[in-house]
Amino acid sequence: MSLSVLAQEAAAAGIDNKGLAALTYGLGAIGPGIGIGYLVGQSVQAMARQPEAAGMVRTTMFLGIAFVEALALIGFVVFFLAQ
Amino acid sequence: MILGVDFPPLSHVVNWPEFVGDDTWGINKVVLIYFIAAILTMMIFILGNKKQLVPTGAQNLAEVAVEFVEDGIVMETIGPKGLKYTPLLISFFFFIFFCNIFEIVPVIQMPATARIALPLVLSLIAYVIYHGSGVKEHGPFGYIKHALIVPGLPFALHFLVVPIEFISKFLVQPFSHTVRLFANLLAGHILLVTFATLSSALWALGPGLVILPLPALAVVAFTAFELLVSVLQAYVFTLLAGVYIGAAISHEH
Repeated sequence: MSLSVLAQEAAAAGIDNKGLAALTYGLGAIGPGIGIGYLVGQSVQAMARQPEAAGMVRTTMFLGIAFVEALALIGFVVFFLAQ
Repeated sequence: MILGVDFPPLSHVVNWPEFVGDDTWGINKVVLIYFIAAILTMMIFILGNKKQLVPTGAQNLAEVAVEFVEDGIVMETIGPKGLKYTPLLISFFFFIFFCNIFEIVPVIQMPATARIALPLVLSLIAYVIYHGSGVKEHGPFGYIKHALIVPGLPFALHFLVVPIEFISKFLVQPFSHTVRLFANLLAGHILLVTFATLSSALWALGPGLVILPLPALAVVAFTAFELLVSVLQAYVFTLLAGVYIGAAISHEH
């Protein structure tokens, strides 16, 4: 069952979905928040310990951020679909 | 009274009326941004294609861009045999960057990538290219084997891993590639609209109120932040396109 159908049924039942959608996005942002924090922290540590490897670490860090961040961004899109 | 400020509905923030034409073939602000970004990208290729010993102007920018994409993206993700993909990745980078940067250009202030059509088309172009170059490198059956079968697993585990690899490589990958660019820019646009709405509501209440530092300064701060996001998202999209090409044509198994 798609999200929009769920949203329509909720609207028909008189349930206000907005607060719930916002709350769900907040919950969905916890994991990526922890993930990006840990990832960037470890990358900074790696760059500080081995400055000559900074370029390689930076590329990999952005790659990791992109993958982790996708979860939060999918949550953001779901927020608009469910609203 | 301030709490009564209405955030405009989302359709008012990202939908624009057509200047010319009707629904499907109409030209609105977003389509104009596509054209401007495409022309600017072509100008970098045309004007940058001079071969003076001491670079000036556009050639300077083009040389920096080539160096950045070759060293920072191609060599890191694909390796030396990926150098033929440099023009593709440079055009991805600049086209997305120009589409993004109109988010903070005064008067225009609309990122063209905040409509999902453009990220979707770009990631589908990348999808066709990386799977196409994988098929060219390994042959059709060789590529399916290369993409789906993880070497060194016990036989029974393949029944679990092959469907997961199929879903992640052929379905989720283009989806997340699209949504990453789209949602980042949409979120930034909504952020700017929120604080601009708040500032203008305070201004309407009384011009003195706009010195209330929060909303007006937040618009300035987030504009600077969105400049960073525009560059970073163009870089991330290009980097991921490079990673996907590299995974498709690699031979390490």
